Amino acid sequence: MAEVTLNDVRKVYAGGVEAVKGVSLDIPDGGFCVLVGPSGCGKSTLLRMVAGLETISSGQVAIGGRVVNEIEPAERDIAMVFQNYALYPHMSVYDNIAYGLRNRGTPKDEIDRRVQEAARILAIEPFLQRKPRALSGGQRQRVAMGRAIVRKPQVFLFDEPLSNLDAKLRVQMRVEIKKLQRALGVTSIYVTHDQVEAMTLSDKLVVMSGGQVEQVGTPTEVYRRPETRFVATFIGSPPMNILPGLVDGDGRVSVGGLTLAADDLPAGLEPGRHVDVGVRPEEVEVAPAGAPGAPFAIDFVEELGATELLHGTLGGSPFVLQVNTGAVSPGTKAVTLAIPSRCVHVFDAETGKRLGRAESATARAA
Amino acid sequence: MVERKHWFSTLLPHAILILGVLIVAFPVYVAFVGSSWDAGTIANGTMPMTPGPYLVENYSRVILSGNATAREPVGPMLFNSFVMAMIIALGKIAISIISAYAVVYFRFPLRKTAFWLIFITLMLPVEVRIYPTYKIVADLGLLDTYGGLAIPLIASATATLLFRQFFMTIPDELVEASKIDGAGPWKFFKDTVLPLSITTVAALFVIQFIYGWNQYLWPLLITTREDMQTIVIGIKKMLVTQDALTEWQLAMATAVLAMLPPVVVVLVMQKLFVRGLVETEK
Amino acid sequence: MEKRSLYNNKLLPYLLLAPQLVITLVFFYWPASQAVWMSFRMEDAFGTTTEFVGLENYVSLFQQRAYYESMATTVIFSIAVTFLAMSFSLLLAVMADKQIRGGSVYRTLLIWPYAVAPAIAGVLWLFMFQPSLGMIGRGLISIGVPWNPMLNGDHALLLVILAAAWKQISYNFLFFLAGLQSIPKSLIEAAAIDGARPTRRFWTIVFPMLSPTTFFLLVVNIVYVFFDTFGIIDAITHGGPAKATETLVFKVYQDGRLGGDLGGSAAQSVVLMVIVIALTAIQFRYVERKVTY
Repeated sequence: MAEVTLNDVRKVYAGGVEAVKGVSLDIPDGGFCVLVGPSGCGKSTLLRMVAGLETISSGQVAIGGRVVNEIEPAERDIAMVFQNYALYPHMSVYDNIAYGLRNRGTPKDEIDRRVQEAARILAIEPFLQRKPRALSGGQRQRVAMGRAIVRKPQVFLFDEPLSNLDAKLRVQMRVEIKKLQRALGVTSIYVTHDQVEAMTLSDKLVVMSGGQVEQVGTPTEVYRRPETRFVATFIGSPPMNILPGLVDGDGRVSVGGLTLAADDLPAGLEPGRHVDVGVRPEEVEVAPAGAPGAPFAIDFVEELGATELLHGTLGGSPFVLQVNTGAVSPGTKAVTLAIPSRCVHVFDAETGKRLGRAESATARAA
Repeated sequence: MVERKHWFSTLLPHAILILGVLIVAFPVYVAFVGSSWDAGTIANGTMPMTPGPYLVENYSRVILSGNATAREPVGPMLFNSFVMAMIIALGKIAISIISAYAVVYFRFPLRKTAFWLIFITLMLPVEVRIYPTYKIVADLGLLDTYGGLAIPLIASATATLLFRQFFMTIPDELVEASKIDGAGPWKFFKDTVLPLSITTVAALFVIQFIYGWNQYLWPLLITTREDMQTIVIGIKKMLVTQDALTEWQLAMATAVLAMLPPVVVVLVMQKLFVRGLVETEK
Repeated sequence: MEKRSLYNNKLLPYLLLAPQLVITLVFFYWPASQAVWMSFRMEDAFGTTTEFVGLENYVSLFQQRAYYESMATTVIFSIAVTFLAMSFSLLLAVMADKQIRGGSVYRTLLIWPYAVAPAIAGVLWLFMFQPSLGMIGRGLISIGVPWNPMLNGDHALLLVILAAAWKQISYNFLFFLAGLQSIPKSLIEAAAIDGARPTRRFWTIVFPMLSPTTFFLLVVNIVYVFFDTFGIIDAITHGGPAKATETLVFKVYQDGRLGGDLGGSAAQSVVLMVIVIALTAIQFRYVERKVTY
């Protein structure tokens, strides 16, 4: 087991396309790091560079303190779970799991012991003699996991391993992967485009966009205090509302004539500066009748069961509100919203960077 | 689909298909009948539509002793055809699968050139370069040898393209998983690519075996010794210009024997045959 | 398309390519370039040395009446065989594509002639149509047709055409059937709902959708007639009577066998090469279109 260190890692393809633009990252021993971002953000390329499947254009990747830039995948002591599982279709489940050990000349009885153990952990013992095509998607996924854990590698790499499963199975396997990783304590890097998966699995969340890291932190930090407008809209579901606004003095912004207080807004910004104001749909409440607040005109309602999404307009911009079902009686056309000042995020309109006070998010949380 | 059907429209396809089968089978049936009568009956033109009593005699004569015009019995000719067809089929598969593997899984200087060199041979069938090729085979001392019969025909652009096309469908992740599992290029070929290619190899084998067995022009040119003759050439040599001398019953028996191996291959391995045919031409 | 993951050995790929390339260079490129080189040269009177003569071999080739006759024979032969074999195969394929009982049995019974060597196909047809003893040949004479492919060039050509077309039925049938089966059933169903009766559906939906297959087979059949019918001709007519069935390929063989004019024979080979290249190029354009379709 080992820590993984990335130091200003870049990937430039032959055509000049820069897929990864200088990423530095420290993943502690036993940590579970999730790289999340939209497709084409460079997350898979980054993972494949750690695996040794892509060459590293510049920068360094180190596993357990050893720089592995020039080391072949087989010698990096890593295991990888692919999106399509990459099981050898002509080999039995047993042979699939054993193949990597055989290539390394592991003694036969040792191989058998380890394969059986992995099969027991993953509950795939009954299928060991079957071919992959005779398995369901979930079972194939387990075999791919088995192939990874049997090697007892220093690092697990997961490349969107759950995206070929149906929704129900995905939730179930997500939990199992997390448990397994905890139990084995192997450093893991996990790539996904699904932010729920990213939030639930990671203890270190890396949000990427356009080949760059947007933010690194615990899932809670990233959710509570997104560093960029991109992160703010990417993490969280339904996504954060973004409203165009202006700085209205210390700790205040105005949005289409409404004035909102923002706790995190630093002092001394020139009034009238263009900003983007972010408010999460689930952090706003409907104010009691007659209380002061922001008027919200409701256009239509999406029912989700326990909660409802109210689509409408706030301060002249489209706005979505998530409330418990029944909080707003059916047919209501307008309500007043209470927007807590700690929930108002402000981003520079041009750069998309957070306009926040210097003190760290951790200090705030404490 | 619900469609009103006239009795005629259900019968018509069967009628046409049966007619087709009859047209396709008739010449072979006539040959079979011909191989079961004696020379006299055939020469008189009084051969009936049903098999005659000379079947066993005719076949044992061609297999064991040959006839007056082609003194080589059919047995050794069948053997020659078999050897040639096997070398051509297996040789083509072997050299094509490894060259396709090189072109798909490696990057090296002149890769494109090599690919095009193989590709362009599609445009150089043996018929357009008969005599110069003959001369080279002669210079290499390969006339009247199995090597001379087969080797010039085992280069194959189609087989290489087919394997290349198949390799392109093998997911990249399998190479990557193999690399992580510590398998080098040779192990990946042996443990993964080859087992996955088995049906392609088998389909190609069926097609190339037939191709090899049915060769005509090339063996005609480069075999002079009668003990090196293939069966397809042998039949031709049984036909004498003055028809009276042609022992038709023996020629037909030989023709039936010559058709048998490839036809059996097609019928027994029908699925692979269809697949091989459709895919090599894609 | 290229692979994402590769091996980077330096020597191995060359070793893997070597057998194929050596055979290609020795038995394909060297002889082909010899043919081109020879076609510009002529032997002296004693046959000991050759000298460069420019296009002289080509000029004299294209002044030969026989060469044009051979070309005409080849063209007629190609058109007749291609039309006969393709139309009959299409009819059979359309019938076999209907969901009828025993469909796969018919398929099996129709595909095996593919395995019959062209030369043997020739022998079989000769046996049937031989005028003095062939079953059909005698039949024709008995109903008053002066059938004699041994002496009548038209009869000889007809017989060669029939044998060549017969041999090609299975191949065309298989490809037409595969083409028909790849047409989405939903298209046919949509046309039916739109009120098109079966015959109209065939000509307005099925046949246009088959056009890539048809075009492909067209080229393949022409190539087949040009190059693969050598065995049929050699078995049935030997190019005769009076060269009535001498195709271009047969002529190269025949002229070369008689020896002598090496340059002229080489020039003929080069012309054939140009024809194959043209046909292959047409085929590639089709393949390309299919890829980007």
